[in-house]
Amino acid sequence: MTISNDNLAELFKANPLLLDCGAALSPVNVAYETYGTLNAEKSNAILICHALTGDQYVASPHPLTKKPGWWSRIVGPKKIIDTDKYFVICSNVLGSCMGTTGPSSINPKTDKEWCLDFPVITIRDMVKVQAELISHLGIDTLFAVIGGSMGGMQVLEWLANYPKRLNSAIALATTAKHTAQNIAFHEVGRQSIMADANWNGGQYYGQKELPGKGLSVARMTAHITYLSEDALTRKFGRNLQERDAVTFGFDADFQVESYLRHQGFTFIDRFDANSYLYITRAMDYLDIAGRHNNRLAEAFQHAKHVKCCVISFTSDWLYPTAENKQIVHALNASGVPVSFAEIDSPHGHDSFLLDLPEMDKMLDGFIKSCAQSAGFN
Amino acid sequence: MTTPKGTYLRPDLTMIADMITPNSRVLDIGCDKGDLLNFLVKNKMVDGRGIELSQQGVNECVANGLFVIQGDADNDLGEYPDQSFDYVVLSRTLQAVKDPQKVLRELLRIGKKAIVTIPNFGQWRVRVNLFTSGRMPVTKSLDKTWYNTDNIHFCTILDLFDLIEQEGYVVETFIPYNKDGKRVVKARNYANFFADNALFLLNKEEY
Repeated sequence: MTISNDNLAELFKANPLLLDCGAALSPVNVAYETYGTLNAEKSNAILICHALTGDQYVASPHPLTKKPGWWSRIVGPKKIIDTDKYFVICSNVLGSCMGTTGPSSINPKTDKEWCLDFPVITIRDMVKVQAELISHLGIDTLFAVIGGSMGGMQVLEWLANYPKRLNSAIALATTAKHTAQNIAFHEVGRQSIMADANWNGGQYYGQKELPGKGLSVARMTAHITYLSEDALTRKFGRNLQERDAVTFGFDADFQVESYLRHQGFTFIDRFDANSYLYITRAMDYLDIAGRHNNRLAEAFQHAKHVKCCVISFTSDWLYPTAENKQIVHALNASGVPVSFAEIDSPHGHDSFLLDLPEMDKMLDGFIKSCAQSAGFN
Repeated sequence: MTTPKGTYLRPDLTMIADMITPNSRVLDIGCDKGDLLNFLVKNKMVDGRGIELSQQGVNECVANGLFVIQGDADNDLGEYPDQSFDYVVLSRTLQAVKDPQKVLRELLRIGKKAIVTIPNFGQWRVRVNLFTSGRMPVTKSLDKTWYNTDNIHFCTILDLFDLIEQEGYVVETFIPYNKDGKRVVKARNYANFFADNALFLLNKEEY
């Protein structure tokens, strides 16, 4: 097995990337990781799409946090996504901050960071960049595209925009459009970043103080939406943090408070506040049906040959089963072969990142059967 | 019974499989572990889809390369476009749905034909059982007690004929049979008394 780390592709040099907002971007750098070896037929490539705060380190240690890859439980030799068999690609999305062009990159016209001059992007723009990367790697058709949450949104955009380049697709815990509630939560996050005095209208790069407090609060609110009431209750209840009684003050008396503060503080070490603004905005603009006469099925009409699998989780209130089922019904209505299961889990939206045997069985069964019908085992 | 490729198929499922034209599109509602679908896909080149409630059933189907939605007949049929399948199969499930009339209409909306099988509550054993014990019958075909059964809308063969005719559907084929798959004489009243199951192949009235 060959593992190569820290790959960077410079794309859209000759032909600029035309964004949904109307702006053009050139060049676009994409940071990505690959695992495994591309076969001679170039038919064993799997693209994994990361979630909002994820990155390209799907199965290798994160260079900043030193933690294992975010889906290393699933991706690796002899694992469900077997890197002895498949060539796995995971790229950092457009607008992010782990090497791919985003608001913290240098604007070639000014030689300074883009900051808020960076054009507003969409999930479809992210997928355009991924498709270009796949071509750059010499790959025509992906064996599979897989993603959860925002990664799942990218999977749906692949199905809508590049169906001919797909063999199979897996979307977990996701949605085809952001609801008012989703947008509302994101707006709280963005406002807390913008309310941070150190944010400075987005121009904080190179400053001594970064807008860490705002970003940290944004992460805290978002993190609540990734869990479930049941998960929080079982994990923390009303337990107190290293004390026997409440202090009648605003210290982190409760364990849940100190947990959230920890989540917020550690996030600022690995994420850029402006990237958080741009990526949450991209998710808010997602409305795939909206581009197709409000009929989601129309978006998938050219994907009839793509084998699909959609998975939701019982306790996910961010992108609940009903929203995942809308995707399934639209795929079905377009004649796309699709399997769906609502996996029983108490862990909320983040379930797709956790150890759930029933989810594993579904993924394993689906990938193996797709491999069999594609002609390799 | 052994089928061409050596797969074992329950007698009633064999009966259903025999009715389905090769290369057609089939939706099997309550497809369990996908035995019928698997048989149809492998032997009749059918484009098969399933709906199944249990996670175990879904996982087994998916591992076999079948396409299955976790869900049920009451909630998941509305989204399918009109006439999107050649056949919709509802095997021994009509008595377990909340609104059998609505489900029947959905079957013939999304399918050109519907294949429905039911356990017959009019069979003589059930009648004798209720008559002699004064309690809800528990038989081989209806093996749960009244409080823990999934079956909430029992009907007899004659009842289903009534509903089908009231809705204006045509019974293309009617096969009353016993649990081992042995067929019973088709005369309605006779079948209603002797058969413990019945199969109906339905389509919409042609004008």
